[in-house]
Amino acid sequence: MMSTTAETTTPVTMATALNAALADALTADPGVLVFGEDVGILGGVFRVTDGLAERFGADRCFDTPLAESGIAGTAVGMAIGGLRPVIEMQFDAFAYPAFQQVVSHIAKMRNRTRGALAMSMVIRIPYAGGIGGVEHHSDSSEAYYAHTPGLKVVTPATVADAYLLLRAAIDSDDPVVFLEPKKLYFAKDQVDLAALRARYEAGAGATSTSDGSEGGGDPRAALEAGGATIARSGTDATLVAYGPSLPAVLAAAAAAEADGRSLEVIDARTIVPFDDAAVVASVRRTGRALVVSEESGFGSVAGEIAARIQERCFHSLRGPVLRVTGFDIPYPPPKLEQHFLPGVDRILDAVDDLQWED
Amino acid sequence: MSDDVRDRVRHGTDETAGSAGGAVGGPDETAAGAEQPTNRVRAAARSFGITPEDYMLPARHLIRIVGPDGRVCRSAGEDPEPGHDYPLPADEDLLAAYRRLVTGRRLNEQNSALVRQGRMAVYPSSYGQEACQVAASAHLEPQDWLFPTYRDAVAVISRGVPPEEAMTLFRGDWHSGYDPREYRVGIESTPLTTQLLHGVGLAHAARLRGEDTVVVALCGDGATSEGDFHEALNFAAVFHLPVVFFVQNNQYAISVPLERQTAAPSLAHKAVGYGMAGERVDGNDLVALLAVFERAVRLTREGSGPLLIEALTYRIEAHTNADDATRYRTDEEAEHWRTLDPVTRMRTYLSDRGLLTDDLQAEVQAAAEQAAAELREGMNAEQELDPQELFAHVFTVPTPQLVEQSAQLADELAREEA
Ligand SMILES: Cc1ncc(C[n+]2csc(CCOP(=O)(O)OP(=O)(O)O)c2C)c(N)n1
Repeated sequence: MMSTTAETTTPVTMATALNAALADALTADPGVLVFGEDVGILGGVFRVTDGLAERFGADRCFDTPLAESGIAGTAVGMAIGGLRPVIEMQFDAFAYPAFQQVVSHIAKMRNRTRGALAMSMVIRIPYAGGIGGVEHHSDSSEAYYAHTPGLKVVTPATVADAYLLLRAAIDSDDPVVFLEPKKLYFAKDQVDLAALRARYEAGAGATSTSDGSEGGGDPRAALEAGGATIARSGTDATLVAYGPSLPAVLAAAAAAEADGRSLEVIDARTIVPFDDAAVVASVRRTGRALVVSEESGFGSVAGEIAARIQERCFHSLRGPVLRVTGFDIPYPPPKLEQHFLPGVDRILDAVDDLQWED
Repeated sequence: MSDDVRDRVRHGTDETAGSAGGAVGGPDETAAGAEQPTNRVRAAARSFGITPEDYMLPARHLIRIVGPDGRVCRSAGEDPEPGHDYPLPADEDLLAAYRRLVTGRRLNEQNSALVRQGRMAVYPSSYGQEACQVAASAHLEPQDWLFPTYRDAVAVISRGVPPEEAMTLFRGDWHSGYDPREYRVGIESTPLTTQLLHGVGLAHAARLRGEDTVVVALCGDGATSEGDFHEALNFAAVFHLPVVFFVQNNQYAISVPLERQTAAPSLAHKAVGYGMAGERVDGNDLVALLAVFERAVRLTREGSGPLLIEALTYRIEAHTNADDATRYRTDEEAEHWRTLDPVTRMRTYLSDRGLLTDDLQAEVQAAAEQAAAELREGMNAEQELDPQELFAHVFTVPTPQLVEQSAQLADELAREEA
C-alpha cells in the first residue's frame, strides 16, 4: 500500500485510531483482552475503548475495581496464563500505584525466568500535558519507564502511528508501555484506517510519508529495533522529538524555513528500543542537533538522546548537542502550563544557539 | 465557612503553636506495656453492653433519624439495636449545621455555574452530598484535622477555609489555595486514598507529641479498592490512632457502580477485618450524620481507636463537568435521589419542629447568597499570576539549575513584551 487516495482518506482522530487498533487486535487474537478503570460502559475517560465492551463482551473488555496495582499485578498473572492483556492506567500520575508491579515484575519476569515467562502485555497510559489539567493529570513519566530495563516504551505522534504502533505493541511478546499524548487524542489526520489494517495484517514493510498519513516505518520492526522516521527533511540541523512534542517541533521547522534554515525533524516513535542509526545518519548529514521533549530535563530521555548523539557524532558536530525540555519543576497548574511546555519560540531560540557563525 | 468556625480554627492554630517544637514521647500511651488495641475495642464495646463483634460490625439497619419526608423515623416501630442507638443532637448544633448545609448547596451551584462560564478549569461537585460534607468536620475541635479529597471542597469550606482558597486548585491558579496548617485541613487530594495515610501519620505524630488531635479522613466508595485504603485502616488500628475514616458512598466511581468495587455486604463491614468499628448511615440525613459523628469523634478522642463511617448518598451531578453521566446511569435514578435531597429534608424537619422560622430561613439563605456572591466576585476578578512563582517553592532555596531556568523564562517573557 504505497499511497492512499483522496476518496478513501478521512479526518480521523488519534483516539479513533487507537480504538480501531484495539478492536482489530481483539478481533485478530482471541487472547487479547482490555481492562482497567472506566474502560467498559464509559469507553474510557478519553473514549479510546468506546464500544469495545459492547462489541466483544464483558469477558474481553471490562472494568476492574479501582486499583492500579491490582490491574498491573493481575495482568502479570493473565500473561503467565497465556493471554495478552492490554491494560489502561487512567492518567500518567495515577499509574504510580502500579509502579511496583511494573518495575519489579513486568520488566523483569522474562529475564528472571531465562525467557520462560514472557510478559506479553501493553500498558496504555494517557500521558503528558497541554490539556489544562489540574495536578496529577499531566505528568511526563517516560523516563521512569525508559530507565527500567525490560520495558519497551513507545509514543505515537501521528494518527497512523497510533494505530500501527499499538497493533505492533499488542503483538509484541515483550511488555510495552504505550504512552498516548493526551493533547493529541483529538487531533485529526487524513488516514485510511481500513488500508492501515490491511497493510498491518499483511505484514507489509515500511512506507514513510512526511505528513505521517501512512505511518512511518514498519511498526513490528520498530518494536524490535527502534523505528524513528524523518517527519520533515532538512539539511542544516536535526531536531529529534517524539509524541507530544512533535507538533511544536514541526511548526518551529516550518517557521525556520522563512529564516532560510532547513531543519530536519526526526520522530523517534520508539523510546525503547531507540533508533540510534536513524538519528546518527541524520546528524552526520546536518552537523547540528537539538533534542526536544516536554518532560523535565534533568535525568530525562532527552538527556539520554543528546548523550548518544554526542558519543556517536562528535566529529560531525559543529557545536554541542542542545536540548529544549520542560523545566525541573512539578507540572504547573493549568493557567501557567504554557510557560512550561516547549513552544515554537523556545525551540527557535535553541536553534539560534546551534553555532551558525562559521 | 462561618466566621466563628474560621476563628475557632485559626485560634486553635495559635494556641497549639507553642508546642510545635515539643519533644516526641511523654504520653502514657507510648510507654511499653500500653493497653493493646483489642482491649480498647473491648472497653468501647463494654461501654455499650455489647460484644466486641457486635460493636465492630455495623448495625443491621441503616442509621437514620430523619426520613426523606423530613419526619423522625426511628420511633416508627424500629427498635435500635443495642449499642447502635444515637441520641438526637442538640438544637443549636442542628441549626449551625443547617446553615453550613444551605451555604454548601449554594456554593456547589455557584461553582458549577463558574465552570460553565469558563472561570474554573474543572469542578467535581458534591451536589447531593452536602450533608456528608457538613457533618465531616462538625464535631472537630480547633486542634483536630480534616483530610479531604478533590470532591470535598464544601467540607473544606465548612471547616473554615475561605471558599476562594478552597477553589484555587480548580480555578487553575495553583495546586492548593490555602496553607493546610492554618486551617488544619490537608490538601484536596487527587491520587485516591493517599491522603488517608497522611491522616493516620498526622494522628500518630500528634500522639507521639502528646497532643489531643482527632483526624477525620475522607474518601469515596471506589477509592476503597485502592491498596492505600487498606494500609491506612490497618496502620490506624494497629497503632490505635484517633482517626475517623469517612467513606462517602455516592454509588459510583466515575462510571463504575459499587457492585463492581466490592462483594462485601457493605463498605462499613470492612472495618471489622482491621479490628475497628464500622457504622453505616444515611448520607442524606444530616441529623443522623451529626449523631454518628458526635459519637465517633468522642469515642476515638477517648482512646477507642479508629472508626469507619460509611454514608449512603448519591452524586447527583456527573463525576466532573468533563464527564457524561448518561453513558452509565439513567436519569430516573438521579431523579429518584433528588427526592431524597438532604437540604429539603433538613429544612422540613427543622421547620416542623419550629426551630426554623421563616425569618431564620431568610437569614440563612441570605448568608448563603453572600458567600456565593463573594466567591463569584473573587473568581471573576482577573488574577495576576507570576510565572516566576513556578520556581519559588520547589525547594527551600532554588537550586542553581532552577535559578538558571527562571532567568531563561524571565528573558523569554521580557522579549515577548518588547
Ligand atoms: C490513584 C488514582 N487512580 C485513578 C484516579 C482517577 N479518578 C479520579 S476520581 C475517580 C473515581 C473515584 O471514585 P470514588 O472513590 O467513588 O469517589 P467519587 O469521585 O465518586 O467521589 C478516579 C478513577 C485517581 N484520581 N487516582
